[in-house]
Amino acid sequence: MVNQNANPHQTAETTAPVLIARELSRHYHVSRGFLRGQATVKALNSVSFELAPHRTLAVVGESGCGKSTLARQLTMVETPTSGSLNIAGIEVATASKAALRELRPRVQMVFQNPYASLNPRKKVGTQLAEPLLLNTHLSPAEREAKVRDMMQRVGLRPEHYHRYPHMFSGGQRQRIAVARAMMLNPQILVADEPTSALDVSIQAQILNLFMDLQAEFGTAYVFVSHNLSVVEHMADDVMVMYFGSTVEYGPNDAIMNNPLHPYTRALMQATPVIRAADRKARVKLQGELPSPMNPPSGCSFHTRCPYAQAQCKAEVPALRPFAGRMIACHRVEEVAAGTAVPNA
Amino acid sequence: MALLDIKNLSVEFGSSAHPFRAVSDVSLSVDAGEIVGIVGESGSGKSVTMLALMGLIDAPGRVTADALTFDGKDLLGMKARDKRKIVGRDISMIFQDALTSLNPAYTVGFQLAETLRQHTGLRGDALKKRALELLELVEIPDAKSRLSAYPHQLSGGMSQRVMIAMAIACNPRFLIADEPTTALDVTVQAQIMELLVSLQKSQGMGLILITHDLAVVSEVAQRVVVMYAGEVVEQSPIPTIFDTPRHPYTQALLSSIPEHSKGAARLNTLPGVVPGQFDRPTGCLLSPRCPYVQDRCRAEHPPLAPAHNALARCFFALDDAGKPVYG
Repeated sequence: MVNQNANPHQTAETTAPVLIARELSRHYHVSRGFLRGQATVKALNSVSFELAPHRTLAVVGESGCGKSTLARQLTMVETPTSGSLNIAGIEVATASKAALRELRPRVQMVFQNPYASLNPRKKVGTQLAEPLLLNTHLSPAEREAKVRDMMQRVGLRPEHYHRYPHMFSGGQRQRIAVARAMMLNPQILVADEPTSALDVSIQAQILNLFMDLQAEFGTAYVFVSHNLSVVEHMADDVMVMYFGSTVEYGPNDAIMNNPLHPYTRALMQATPVIRAADRKARVKLQGELPSPMNPPSGCSFHTRCPYAQAQCKAEVPALRPFAGRMIACHRVEEVAAGTAVPNA
Repeated sequence: MALLDIKNLSVEFGSSAHPFRAVSDVSLSVDAGEIVGIVGESGSGKSVTMLALMGLIDAPGRVTADALTFDGKDLLGMKARDKRKIVGRDISMIFQDALTSLNPAYTVGFQLAETLRQHTGLRGDALKKRALELLELVEIPDAKSRLSAYPHQLSGGMSQRVMIAMAIACNPRFLIADEPTTALDVTVQAQIMELLVSLQKSQGMGLILITHDLAVVSEVAQRVVVMYAGEVVEQSPIPTIFDTPRHPYTQALLSSIPEHSKGAARLNTLPGVVPGQFDRPTGCLLSPRCPYVQDRCRAEHPPLAPAHNALARCFFALDDAGKPVYG
């Protein structure tokens, strides 16, 4: 399995999913202010998906859409309020402490900002060996051999072993962060905006590294990003989130070539492109994300949607299959057929 | 005559015995009503160039230039007093991170009024009226109540609108926008860029847009300046630069965007990183990373020279097929 992008469906049929989320929700209780009682913020609302080894799921959305909350549930940093999360065949909610301890190393994370995610007071070699120290019984010599092997795989030079993070550029640091995440050979890697802090030429290097490592180890990626051209390049499946809920979820080509949810369309139209020929007519999206303390009724997108009608304000649209994907929109038939008329 | 004219602007940091040239001999001119994009990776000197123009480089940084003229007036020889009347009023700047650029301890209205009090004769109610007018101009909903809001009560997009309102408060003739949308979501970015361009058009301002996002530049600017390691490596009109880049760095930058390699498994990359203070190569600064490097590139420093319809700092500027022309 060298080239995933060329044949993304081959492994999906032969391998069982390593990650299954069913109606995963995470609600927070926050104070409205002195003597005003509590409010419930539905940061993550009934999200379902599956992910198989060798596959990449991209989670797309703007700030405040619940991407990072999702990442926190997947890495078991937080416990979901409701719904089921099954990782490598183990049901997280009901698993014993021992089972969870065994499960945690199998899910690793790469963070957005490599300037903040590495310990400035530890040498690269020490930081990379730390996961092994905590989770395995390898001898110091074996740990060093493993670290050096991983360093070479991610494109770090042997002399970097004894250096501190501040001696590296952003791209190199992200390589270190990726190496650290891969040390325990995880089955799932959650990458939260891993290239958004990097320059474009460095971004390309890191994206290539992610693809090489996946081809070699078969890791399943959950790739959180707001950059659609990165997503289009990396993903097998795409899940577009808005205000804590999935609005559109399906195969990469279906969604990228023919986005149907008005929000997905707005995202794509808003993304600047270089070639004038690729530019899409821009429907200007009004306003910004509504306040999570005071969520809109019905479809959470209706306050900004150009096609919103009375039904959208009253009823929450269900996620349903349509044209080879899952979509949550009352008017998707009309939008797809091109008969939906934007509101003035 | 150009509204803004910069000739051989250099900025040095560090001791005079071991200076580090963050910006080296940058020349640039912008007309009224024109949008020029400055593109480059972090450390390429694009922000420092503009900070130097605004007089915001503090000692021990040293700014030198052959000429720095705005609307025919020489900014270099000008007294600080006189310069303050131009910078902030006629030349204005929008900074990258709105959330950290606004003062958290003062209301939006106060900060807007501060600019106006400094540069215009407005006082009292007229001041308030103008501040409200500005917030409405940048399309902030419910502008009246926002005047008494503190920055932490605003979203990222809203803060950036306030920054724009402050920048255009005194009807500047020239605006510098330093990564104005980098910290924002794409749908908000589209709104802010549209606002910026419509204001630029209606006021006939000259606009310099600093960004690392080539796509943003391609949508709004008429001309683009590509910087690498403190130097201008290419200057070219839009959209020709995207079809026929003349400098290998521009070509590499374009081809490393995922959009460019649709359907391909791997992205094109430029090996290595931008050279820093201690690893500046002799000769062409791109030579250690350039796929077309020749012996001459390692020995001599190339000048910015005409190449077809553009300017490129390369001995072997690329032809229309994207191949270097040797000889």
